[in-house]
Amino acid sequence: MIPELGSFSLALALALALVQGILPIAGAARNDARLMGVARPAAHGQFVFVMIAFACQIYGFVANDFSILNVATNSNSALPLQYRVAASWGSHEGSLLLWALMLNGWTVAVTVFSRHLPEEVAARVVGVMGLIGVGFLAFMLITSNPFDRLLPAVADGRDLNPLLQDPGMVFHPPMLYMGYVGFSVAFAFSIAALLGGQLDAAWARWSRPWTTVAWVSLTLGICLGSYWAYYELGWGGWWFWDPVENASFMPWLIGTALMHSLAVTEKRGTFKSWTVLLAIFAFSFSLLGTFLVRSGVLTSVHAFATDPRRGVFILGLLVLVIGGSLLLFAWRAPKVGLGGSFGLVSRESALLTNNALLSVAAASVMLGTLYPLFLDALNLGKISVGPPYFDAVFVPLMTPVVFLMAIAPFSRWKGDSLPALARRLRWAFGVALVSALLLPLTTGKWTPMVALGLFLALWVFVTSAQHLFQRLRGKADEGTVLSRLRAIPGGWWGMWLAHVGIGVTVIGITLVKGYEQNLDVKMATGDTAHLAGYTFEFKGVTERKGPNFVAASALIDVTRDGKPVATMKPEKRMYTVQQMPMTEGAIDPGFTRDLYVSMGEPLPGTEAWIVRIFYKPFVGWIWWGAIFMGVGGLIAAADRRYRRLAERAAARRPAVDAAAVPAVAR
Amino acid sequence: MKPRHKRMLLIGGGVAALALSATLVLSAFQKNLVFFFSPSQIVNNEAPQNRTFRIGGLVEAGSVRREADGLTTSFVVTDTANRIPVSYKGALPDLFKEGKGVVSQGKLGADGVFVASEVLAKHDENYMPPEAAHALEQAQKAQKTVVQK
Repeated sequence: MIPELGSFSLALALALALVQGILPIAGAARNDARLMGVARPAAHGQFVFVMIAFACQIYGFVANDFSILNVATNSNSALPLQYRVAASWGSHEGSLLLWALMLNGWTVAVTVFSRHLPEEVAARVVGVMGLIGVGFLAFMLITSNPFDRLLPAVADGRDLNPLLQDPGMVFHPPMLYMGYVGFSVAFAFSIAALLGGQLDAAWARWSRPWTTVAWVSLTLGICLGSYWAYYELGWGGWWFWDPVENASFMPWLIGTALMHSLAVTEKRGTFKSWTVLLAIFAFSFSLLGTFLVRSGVLTSVHAFATDPRRGVFILGLLVLVIGGSLLLFAWRAPKVGLGGSFGLVSRESALLTNNALLSVAAASVMLGTLYPLFLDALNLGKISVGPPYFDAVFVPLMTPVVFLMAIAPFSRWKGDSLPALARRLRWAFGVALVSALLLPLTTGKWTPMVALGLFLALWVFVTSAQHLFQRLRGKADEGTVLSRLRAIPGGWWGMWLAHVGIGVTVIGITLVKGYEQNLDVKMATGDTAHLAGYTFEFKGVTERKGPNFVAASALIDVTRDGKPVATMKPEKRMYTVQQMPMTEGAIDPGFTRDLYVSMGEPLPGTEAWIVRIFYKPFVGWIWWGAIFMGVGGLIAAADRRYRRLAERAAARRPAVDAAAVPAVAR
Repeated sequence: MKPRHKRMLLIGGGVAALALSATLVLSAFQKNLVFFFSPSQIVNNEAPQNRTFRIGGLVEAGSVRREADGLTTSFVVTDTANRIPVSYKGALPDLFKEGKGVVSQGKLGADGVFVASEVLAKHDENYMPPEAAHALEQAQKAQKTVVQK
């Protein structure tokens, strides 16, 4: 009964999505206020029905209803409650439902916070989001219904993949999806601008906070995923350039470019077409990412291609969204225009260069991710593109990006002089360069990569400090330092913090890549191993029973110069339902280093185990940097001026509406 | 400089930068491609010496042996038609088992032993790495053609 209710709710949601996708857009074109008025109630109705469907699905998992195919294949009655809930988005079908729910959540947020928008802009934005909803709900109902029955029902489910039974699974996918789907708002704003033929600073100001919040979710989602992989996979890696990771990294790169391009469109009214194009691509990459990860195309290209319904539907949807929006772009972009001009040395050109580099980076990730799939699909042989390719491409591409990132806030809009810019920054440059060259010498191992990474990070830190100092010094006759500190807008703090975050992440990546050490060693009770000045003593293995696994739990005492540092308990688990072994590493985190221990396999015929020990300097900084970026983005999105403008626009509403009518009628 | 010249210079510079980055990306791509070979292809000398590649198939039952140091493992990868000995130093992934699919990356030594730098076995008991499945499929096809002859 409950699953049928869910299925039925999805069908109703699809009907409402159709209404929401067609009537408001038609209304905006014909300037019919009644049709445009449909947008908000339809969106709210769709949200309610998708919410009901989502609740039905969670109920199925929580109540262990193994007559539902999705529950039977991904859950088990012995699975702890929080993982039963998380298992609901562990599968292809369930993750599509989560996607649809996120889309509806964003749409409702748009309807609530868009009261100050001109009616036809709001109608178009909500309409476009309705059309996206149509695509996803139809896909779910036609090919991947999460409520499909399994009759006769099975006694117990196949269990969730043990790798996914982790708090990471509870938080990472929803966060990542919030980011993916969040770009649909920027996309919808762009399509609305193309349809209306109006793109100005006000438009950029409306879409900026949405884009920033989506970017923050994606940043934190990727960060969570990376940290999860780090502690869960048991070999201490934090980024593998795996297609699944690349799928989330491509929209992040384009989204980063989009945020900065939007800033230029708002402040200077230029980069207009480019902003629209980036918004289209950011969302297209989000779609591509969802499907790459969720459709099974990565597991087997051929299995994917032989399931004609799913494959064809997905490709059709991608072609329709990307092709359709690019066609609309080609047709309407001339109407939107390019915007004003700027000098060769200016903040605009610094931002444009970084935009171009980020786009090239995204394209190179796409090449490395999709090319092996294409070759395989065409039966031209099997290849793989590993980390060496991505490392070789990313260092030369990201070096100028980070270098310019630190300069851009110092350069003036419209035009600046290179000698003046160099004079402003010569001390920062000197300090960063000299310390980057000398600091690695203190560790006894100097490599050019470490020096380069340190230089970039220090360059960001020193210029950021200089920028803050300049802001606080101000002009002598204007108030106190404290009043100047208070006068700094949220947008500036957001940028500052996010840029510092990039520096923090660069430090982490550089030092862990340059100085990490690891050791695979055979250990029996009483054995000791030495790594990076730490002594690891193996105290023995005990057996432990978990809810759905049995574990061999080791006890390892870590000391340094005779002083105790940590007691670590890595485990080797055997999940009973799927008969699958899992390595659960133990981590002793620290400000300047992590110690990481994981169990290999027991050596047959002895009491000994293979133990892997890692020393990871500054690895935590990688994620702390991402958290800085996320917090920076939130501060920027909460900038008071967006709200002030909203209030001002609301007060001026009647005049704006009257002015907008002839523009639509044209 | 006239504005027109300036614009030409800008466009030229942009195109040059784009060409440079495309060259960079493509040459890195070319250099770091890792090809896949099945044991049969290696036996037929199709695989390169001195270049990293991937090999896939089944871990032959009864072939896994540990060296005295406890860390080095040697085993045989087979596609049911041909066999290639592999040696690997380090901890093996959780799902490495005799009779199961495996993919490993490394170089072929002059003595015909594949020295693996990485052993990949995916986290799912039923899941066969696509490369390994492909190798088995090819070997079966080849055997059928032999029989038909």
